[in-house]
Amino acid sequence: MLKFRNTTALLIVLAAGTAAAETPVAPSDVAPAAGQPLGLGRPALPEEIAAWNLDVSPDGTGLPDGSGDVMTGEEIYLEQCAACHGDFAEGLDNWPALSGGEGTLDREDPEKTIGSYWPYLSTVWDYVHRSMPFGNAQILTPDDTYAITAYLLYSNGLVEDDFVLSNENFTEVQMPNADGFIEDDRAEIEYSAFSAEPCMENCKDNVEITMHASVLDVTPGGEGTEGGAEDAPADASLD
Amino acid sequence: MTVRPGTTSRRGFLRAGLAASVAVPTAVSAARGQGAPDPLITEVQDWARYSGEGVDATPYGLPIHFESDVIRRNVSWLTADTISSINFTPIHQLDGTITPAGCAFERHHSGAIELAKPDYRLMINGLVDRELVFTYEDLERFPRSQGVYFCECAANTGMEWAGAQLNGSQFTHGMIHNMEYVGVSLKTLLAEAGVKPEGKWIYVEGADASSNGRSIPIEKAMDDVMVAFKANGEALRKEHGYPARLVVPGWEGNLWVKWLRRIEVTAGPVESREETSKYTDTLANGVSRKWTWVMDAKSVVTAPSPQVGIKHGPGPLVITGLAWSGRGAIARVDVSVDGGKNWTTARLAQPGVPMAMTRFYLDHVWDGEEMLLQSRAVDETGYVQPTKNALREIRGENSIYHNNGIQTWWIKKDGSAENVEVS
Repeated sequence: MLKFRNTTALLIVLAAGTAAAETPVAPSDVAPAAGQPLGLGRPALPEEIAAWNLDVSPDGTGLPDGSGDVMTGEEIYLEQCAACHGDFAEGLDNWPALSGGEGTLDREDPEKTIGSYWPYLSTVWDYVHRSMPFGNAQILTPDDTYAITAYLLYSNGLVEDDFVLSNENFTEVQMPNADGFIEDDRAEIEYSAFSAEPCMENCKDNVEITMHASVLDVTPGGEGTEGGAEDAPADASLD
Repeated sequence: MTVRPGTTSRRGFLRAGLAASVAVPTAVSAARGQGAPDPLITEVQDWARYSGEGVDATPYGLPIHFESDVIRRNVSWLTADTISSINFTPIHQLDGTITPAGCAFERHHSGAIELAKPDYRLMINGLVDRELVFTYEDLERFPRSQGVYFCECAANTGMEWAGAQLNGSQFTHGMIHNMEYVGVSLKTLLAEAGVKPEGKWIYVEGADASSNGRSIPIEKAMDDVMVAFKANGEALRKEHGYPARLVVPGWEGNLWVKWLRRIEVTAGPVESREETSKYTDTLANGVSRKWTWVMDAKSVVTAPSPQVGIKHGPGPLVITGLAWSGRGAIARVDVSVDGGKNWTTARLAQPGVPMAMTRFYLDHVWDGEEMLLQSRAVDETGYVQPTKNALREIRGENSIYHNNGIQTWWIKKDGSAENVEVS
């Protein structure tokens, strides 16, 4: 049984104590003025910044000194990357293809690879160095990374087999789809078109079903869908 | 006693619903009759005789086992490996607006990592007056902010660009959750470091192997972005970025970096893997939109839908769903039962909240005929959720991301439902 009476008495005592202890304070003493540092945290040491500040930008900012050639890159690639991405960077199963796909971006199910899609080489270097190999990241040295990046350029037919990539010539490499991107233009292209007062009655003459999900039968857990999963749609690759 | 699905007490539920109805179809009226006394009422049940569990039985509880089908599900063919993959919130079985953390969708690029609070460090570096390192305890000492926001993966509904594909609102629209966050405003943390005038962007990354780095303009960073450590009142779940993640209200979920470890103030965007090769939207002509951060207004009827058909026959029917907009509050939701020919404005359970989910209801009397159910959200800017075909006319079918088109469920006479598209 709950002892309500005693609990209530305790609450009253606590409330009285709080009231007695309360001293009016000006709000400015409690909340610091906006933009004023509180003095929390500590200075980051140069070694700490160097350990984490690894990102590389398109203009080469962040690239460490180093170099690597296509042939060395192929060796490292076959050891560290080919199990998922294929010997020729063509991709295996659902793992991403890294080469090929030129000229497919305006077709049904475009094949997006480093050669056909990625606008900046810095992204390749940065991602390989920082996040690959999958499941064993951050083991590649800068020279390893230059070499793998050189091999990926070669596998996309963008350099010859004697090519050496380094921090010195890095920004000279132009990616084929560098001009293939525009900034988000939904505000100009779509928002006015999609902001008309919507129709409420008799908005169309007739309504026909034009597509059925059951035809594809790829939903997990449905009738006979386990087999359907093998027949994955072509645009399935989320990652 | 509570009504339990799958027991004869569903009849009691039906009766209660019909009592409030004005026009009762005769077929349903006949079904109301009870031939024999209901033993659930006339016989003393075990739960009415014996005691239940004590208060020490469950220090931290899971839903009762009757609800064991309310779970996240994944689509195995979608990705090569579950470690870099996504699962889906069971929105078809939830109600209200807050997503329970235990079934809120997960998206990992290198798996859900375990990062203890004592091991947590957050660095701010780059174009700032003071390059700083914070511990978790430091974060808790900053003035706090709170807000309810939806987090939607940019690829939500992405599998539907080429046509109706997945049967269920969980799979078509479940890459979303909506939680109440507590944390520190990013602008407060940036003020602690002091952003230099040439700092126009931030680059944020996580502590996991993928790092999932993203660039965000300084204007957004100084607006409503938050470093959150609590969701729905409790610590973030491991899979949602424990102990601290970024909350970027109204913008695509990929920017909500989990296990946040570093914020670099930069002069320009880093153009990382996640903002070039992924999360860019390819148009029909092969040119791709980048920096499509905002999630446009969207809605879906969560039930009835393919995973939760109508089991009670004609009569009163609750049609319900969710609506949200990354550009503000939901102002209105319209529902159509005839594939978009005629629309009825639904009832919002609560007024819309900016960049948070809104629950809508249409209290319908089903005549037992086929329906083509749709919902259409309107946000406070006047933007009206477009049809999928209207989006395709502008973008084609290769965008992958940002499909906020109107969803159609074909409700058949037997109450089952299917994902379809209509003319």
